[in-house]
Amino acid sequence: MAEVAVQQEKEAIFSKKRVKLLTDPLNDNNPVTVQVLGICSALAITVQVKPALFMFAGVFFVVVLGNIVVSMLRNVIPNRVRIIAQLVIVAGLVSIVDMILKAYAYDVSKQLSVFVGLIITNCIVMGRLEAFAMANKPWPSALDGIGNSLGYGLLLIIVAIVRELFGSGKLLGFTIIPPSFYEHGYVNNGMMMMPPMALVLVGIIIWVQRSRNTKLIEAED
Amino acid sequence: MENLLNIFVKSIFIDNMIFAYFLGMCSYLAVSKRVSTALGLGAAVIFVLGITVPINWLLENYVLKAGALDWMGPQFKNVDLSFLSFIMFIAVVAAIVQLVEMVVEKFTPSLYNSLGIFLPLIAVNCSILGGALFMQSRGYESIGEASVFGVGSGIGWFLAIVAIAAIREKMRYSKVPAPLRGLGITFILTGLMGLAFLSFAGIKL
Repeated sequence: MAEVAVQQEKEAIFSKKRVKLLTDPLNDNNPVTVQVLGICSALAITVQVKPALFMFAGVFFVVVLGNIVVSMLRNVIPNRVRIIAQLVIVAGLVSIVDMILKAYAYDVSKQLSVFVGLIITNCIVMGRLEAFAMANKPWPSALDGIGNSLGYGLLLIIVAIVRELFGSGKLLGFTIIPPSFYEHGYVNNGMMMMPPMALVLVGIIIWVQRSRNTKLIEAED
Repeated sequence: MENLLNIFVKSIFIDNMIFAYFLGMCSYLAVSKRVSTALGLGAAVIFVLGITVPINWLLENYVLKAGALDWMGPQFKNVDLSFLSFIMFIAVVAAIVQLVEMVVEKFTPSLYNSLGIFLPLIAVNCSILGGALFMQSRGYESIGEASVFGVGSGIGWFLAIVAIAAIREKMRYSKVPAPLRGLGITFILTGLMGLAFLSFAGIKL
């Protein structure tokens, strides 16, 4: 352990490379729009902002802690059974999240239903564990976890804001669109509440992101 | 019988894993460039869902649920192990996938070669665990209902991935705006297909 401590001192806690771990996933390497991870749960719970926020909190907790734990155990886990070992760690963490949600936010937990359990197979979790935590020390892994779950949360919240605002005229349950609009014939867009619109919205977000950030454009095949 | 048919049709079209719940999107987007590979992965998903959902149903009803351990004797009547369900389900899925892989490799090497790389990937496909969790939350009554639901969801997933793969193969001949190329257009297409699938809502047999 002493050796590890010495090496840690050489590199500042927030060196440039490490800040990059934190900021990269927000745009250039966004887990959802660029790495294509974790879409399964990203879309199903974005009808309203509130469940999206809780989902983000749950994923944040699981990714960061999972990254730290797996990174600490990376030299102990035999390579052949690493997927199952990772799954057990993640399933344990998700069970904790599920119990906390049931205890303190029961209505949200009902709304999220099976999607809390599906954090286990959320590809962001497994993907970051495989790609980063198995090969890096706990502190960079924690930063990587924070960065990636922020990138995930960012997209989740953008989609949820658009869907709730245009779908029901509310944000977090508060009415945003003034009643005078409705009197003049404004109608809520019911399409936004349907599942397929989440997909179209993510498609549009990818479009906007890639036209601003041209190096992300895929080559023709 | 009617009930089973109803569950079957419902799980294929109305509660489609991809279009209604977005489960298994990661592999759906990654493996849908060619119809042939999409067929392989889709078949593997039907196979694994059809096996794991009934097994998880047995586990849920004879081990995990409150009072499920009654068959071991009256002193176990009040045991409730449902807090273990996530860990148990994912362990079953991972173990079954491993087992299926070994069995298929041993007895039908040709199928193994065509499914080969996809089988291990399926352990972390959200639709498999999702199938188990939906089975738990909807509370299917018998193992028959659970198996029909598992196979039906698998077929729904299979249809979705084969359809998008066919569209993507055709799309190579069309001019897609550069920033939308690849991922973006696939999302929008899936959204449009989902809208079409919404028209199945309300079908009841």
